[in-house]
Amino acid sequence: MKKILLGLMLLGTLLASQFVVAAADLEVNTPAISAIKNSMQSRHAQLAPFYASGAIGLTKDGLIAVRDANAVPLAQRGALTGLVKDENADRSKLYKEIAVANGHPEWQPEIQSTFAGRWIDKAQSGWWVQGAGGWTQK
Amino acid sequence: MKNWMLGLALVCVIPACVTINIYFPAAAAEKAADKIIDDVWQLKNGAAKPNVNNEDPAASTAK
Repeated sequence: MKKILLGLMLLGTLLASQFVVAAADLEVNTPAISAIKNSMQSRHAQLAPFYASGAIGLTKDGLIAVRDANAVPLAQRGALTGLVKDENADRSKLYKEIAVANGHPEWQPEIQSTFAGRWIDKAQSGWWVQGAGGWTQK
Repeated sequence: MKNWMLGLALVCVIPACVTINIYFPAAAAEKAADKIIDDVWQLKNGAAKPNVNNEDPAASTAK
């Protein structure tokens, strides 16, 4: 009888560890997420020079913001504002879609703050990032 | 006695499954974020190459 019980507990442990494995990865390969990613990837070519000049920076909440409009010629400022707006819309959609794709829409704020840290960590040197004390240059 | 031990086993295992599904998987989220950021910013070698190739002709025609 003890053997059966031991077997049951072992089975239980195995099942539990399967749940752990299943939870080890977040689903990020849905069509919706891929579409947002592609849109952000093609926009990045336009945004990259603005990151480098310090005109825009990465905010602590996982978005981007115009940091120094004077770094941009007047004629380009309108276009830049549009780019930043579109990028932030895509980013917010991305965080929401990841939460929804994993069956937990309530995870969106946590996903957003996880991304915020990773964007800033991966930013190139010279780019501006927002910390607790304000803007700093990497 | 049997039932009591089986009950104990279930009490140990079931919360483990439930807990994992309720709490935010921070490590998995970081991994997912890294993957997406690498794609968007093209930080991996495979994607970085065409970027370099694109930049060179553009720079030379601009000058």
